[in-house]
Amino acid sequence: MMINLNINDQKVSVPKGTTVLEAARKQNINIPTLCNHADLCVAGNCRVCVVEQKGARTLIAACAMPVSEGMDIHTNTLKVRNARKHIVELLLSEHRSDCTKCYKNQKCELQALANEFAFGDTLFLDLVEDHNYTIDRSSPSFIKDDSKCIRCQRCVRTCSELQYISAIAVSNKGLHQKISSFHNRPMSHVVCTNCGQCVNRCPTGALVEKTYIDQVWDAIYDPEKHVVVQTAPAVRVALGEDLGYDPGERVTGKMVTALRQLGFDSILDTDFTADLTIMEEGTELLTRLKKVLVDGNKDIAIPMFTSCSPGWIKFIEHKYPQYLHNLSTCKSPQQMFGALAKTYYAQKRRLDPSKIVSVSIMPCTAKKYEADRPEMRASGYKDIDFVLTTRELAVMVKQAGLDFRNLEPSHYDSVMGDSTGAGVIFGATGGVMEAALRTAYEIVTGREVPFKNLNITPARGMDGVKEATIKIEGCTDDWKFLEGVELKVAIAHGLTNANKIMKLVKAGKAPYHFVEIMACPGGCIGGGGQPIPTSMEIRKNRMKAIYSEDEHMVLRKSHENPDVIAVYKEFLGKPNSHLSHELLHTHYVARENY
Amino acid sequence: MENKGLNKVGLIFEKINQKEVLTKAFNMSSNEIIQDILDSGLKGRGGAGFPTGLKWKYTAAEKEPEKYIVCNADEGEPGTFKDREILDKVAYKVYGGMAIAGKAVGAKNGIVYLRGEYRFLLPQLMKELESFHNIIEEIGFDFKIRYCLGSGAYICGEESALFESIQGDRGEPRNKPPYPTTSGVFGKPTSINNVETLVSTMMIILHGPGSYSQLGTKDSRGSKVFSVSGDTPTPGIFELELGMSVQEFVNEFGDGDTKAVQVGGASGFCVPRKKFQNTIIGFEGVPTGGSMKLFNSSRSMYNVLHNYLDFFAEESCGQCTPCRVGCQQLLKGVEKVKKGEVKSNYLNELVKLADTMKIASKCGLGQSVGNAFRTIVENFREEIIY
Repeated sequence: MMINLNINDQKVSVPKGTTVLEAARKQNINIPTLCNHADLCVAGNCRVCVVEQKGARTLIAACAMPVSEGMDIHTNTLKVRNARKHIVELLLSEHRSDCTKCYKNQKCELQALANEFAFGDTLFLDLVEDHNYTIDRSSPSFIKDDSKCIRCQRCVRTCSELQYISAIAVSNKGLHQKISSFHNRPMSHVVCTNCGQCVNRCPTGALVEKTYIDQVWDAIYDPEKHVVVQTAPAVRVALGEDLGYDPGERVTGKMVTALRQLGFDSILDTDFTADLTIMEEGTELLTRLKKVLVDGNKDIAIPMFTSCSPGWIKFIEHKYPQYLHNLSTCKSPQQMFGALAKTYYAQKRRLDPSKIVSVSIMPCTAKKYEADRPEMRASGYKDIDFVLTTRELAVMVKQAGLDFRNLEPSHYDSVMGDSTGAGVIFGATGGVMEAALRTAYEIVTGREVPFKNLNITPARGMDGVKEATIKIEGCTDDWKFLEGVELKVAIAHGLTNANKIMKLVKAGKAPYHFVEIMACPGGCIGGGGQPIPTSMEIRKNRMKAIYSEDEHMVLRKSHENPDVIAVYKEFLGKPNSHLSHELLHTHYVARENY
Repeated sequence: MENKGLNKVGLIFEKINQKEVLTKAFNMSSNEIIQDILDSGLKGRGGAGFPTGLKWKYTAAEKEPEKYIVCNADEGEPGTFKDREILDKVAYKVYGGMAIAGKAVGAKNGIVYLRGEYRFLLPQLMKELESFHNIIEEIGFDFKIRYCLGSGAYICGEESALFESIQGDRGEPRNKPPYPTTSGVFGKPTSINNVETLVSTMMIILHGPGSYSQLGTKDSRGSKVFSVSGDTPTPGIFELELGMSVQEFVNEFGDGDTKAVQVGGASGFCVPRKKFQNTIIGFEGVPTGGSMKLFNSSRSMYNVLHNYLDFFAEESCGQCTPCRVGCQQLLKGVEKVKKGEVKSNYLNELVKLADTMKIASKCGLGQSVGNAFRTIVENFREEIIY
């Protein structure tokens, strides 16, 4: 049913259920918003979007008001402008405005609104001084500064709706109202997964990643140190957004050149260890299946869950610790890389591992936490020294004054720099599954997966939970026990969707052999360390770029990666070897559910 | 202006035969009951004054089979204590009103949301509820009432925050629409009525809408229970016919030195002496949920205002900007004006802010903070500044 209304004297016809805000946008009438976010439910609490409805006693919040027949809306009356100015001034009065020093300077949505509605003399009294704010720096991944919080509750909605965690929620009321963790415990000591989705959606500097930029510069300029850097698959399809490109532009070659010019000693690729993960995890899966199907071993946990996403790992550790045995023991590609950088790479390059500083560029804030986990010291050193987000790399590029757009693209360095399309698609939801199937199917049957151009389309797309069944036929002699088996797999992204699968598992209703889970919406392309803003459209563009990157690769199957073949030949022996287990596999910790 | 003078009435606390009235109601059709309530002109007694008959009509029109009658007994407005008395004395009439509402809208479930501080009433209330359930069963009507206790937040008296609280969620007002009659507690069509409103509906069914609407004025039909407090020799609960002037009220209850009456509690209006004569207590003048607080010349209106603002700054749920931050600004603002730390004309900015809060806040709380602020600052400006 269509509803007819007037907005600023223009006739608009929109479907029933549309909000006034959406209807106005359809007419290219801009109504400012703040608490509103495309990924989240309507809150209607900042009131920045108030507009005038003829005949109404009060102004209405455009984001929360559904259209009705004959509505007469005006978005820019004096009444509206005065109210908006007041509202922005009020927000500024409870916000510590140290803008020039703030990490979000010029990227702050409140600042943008202030610029539009509240420049000039300060209207109201400073309220920040009345509160005894402390900054929570306890998480290795992000900083929570309540003095900059304007209570829009985007973070709260993100944590509960998208991630099903609610590590942060609203507590207290009135002037004491705040966004708080359970019993005000430090963020490092609550159920938080460090996924950073709240950071991605915070309009101000109240939630930002913890930066390690200065430490990385120090290492680069330390002549004693050999600084290796790895870049995750999802970084190359998003970095451009922070450097003036549209979402979905691939900047892989320019990024490599930029890293070289920043002074890193060796520019390597996480895609290499993504491919390595496939070898290890694929072998682990097939071994588990053999133990279950042939040996009838009831102690083997099936389905097996992927373990690349540190946000997901912390989620299951907190929420479903009884299923830790279902997790693949494989470290994430970042950590496999770290362990090899200070062992295999050091040997090959004849470097003293104590002099190697290992940096990774990740679309992720949870990776900062992962690098700090005590299990991640297999090399005898901290395997990964510093983790920077995509955003932090963009900051470094700007700090160095690089003309990014005009950089000549170049290639990754060798030894752990080679990758395949299978490694690249790790960055998108379904990518690990697709990469695993490309390799596992071929190992078992000697033939390529039966999908056109190797594109396993059922694993792709933005559906929250995806399922697929692949019948295994024509197995080679070693894998005869899998003949005729219908391999059932599932894929979930965003922890709310992960939770749906876990509920099935708990109810004994999950028929799967293998499940891929990524903590963030869309997978790593929508990670908590990616450029801000984020939306479904932006994530789709990044996803398209990932698959396009895959299509453009010569090699598209992990087991064909020459660096992977070399590392097994020269160092690890074979997948799941003793040394592999020492360096590339890990264990998990049951944690409290609050 | 219609002025009925001050007349004491005894409807709400009148002893009646519950079973008789309920039997009468259950022999009426849903439409007949709603029509009677509409004809009576009864408006909600919690303060907002929405026509009760309309609320029931809208709820009755919803097709959803599961509906609720909620009794708002979260009496939190400063200076209001009449619902406590009603529950204490005539709870059976509250239950009766809920059952009649249930019959009218097609609801089988009632919930009384009782202010946490009134927990001490609960044993007696439960005893009376048991006998009510027995009577209802004898009559053969399917309607069950249960209790839900608040935990002390003023905002939970706001209907949608109250629903959230019943559901076990944080007590925060919802965006409207949808209104409770479409989507109330548990997302089901809900008629939420004040304690006194429900009792009034029972009295309307008993005496008929014609007799009820004889009381009061065109805009404010019936009688109302007032909570009288402050500088008065006779504080307490009084049921009065609507339509008297503040002057008549002061003549009855004042101590001879009344300089202002706060009508409707912290969220209501301050009426100064010079306006007593021309201000009618009712929806055509100053509406009230029952709170009538008298101040004599020994009182500092700065302290009165400060007290209200302090209250609102604490009791705002905190979700919307105008209310959360606005209350703090008003409070801090008047403090600074009083101390001379900002110029006195800063009060003008604060009045403008209060006006913004009135039109831009999400719910009735933030929208009504400006009532007391504006009326006190406008009428007692010198007391605020000096």
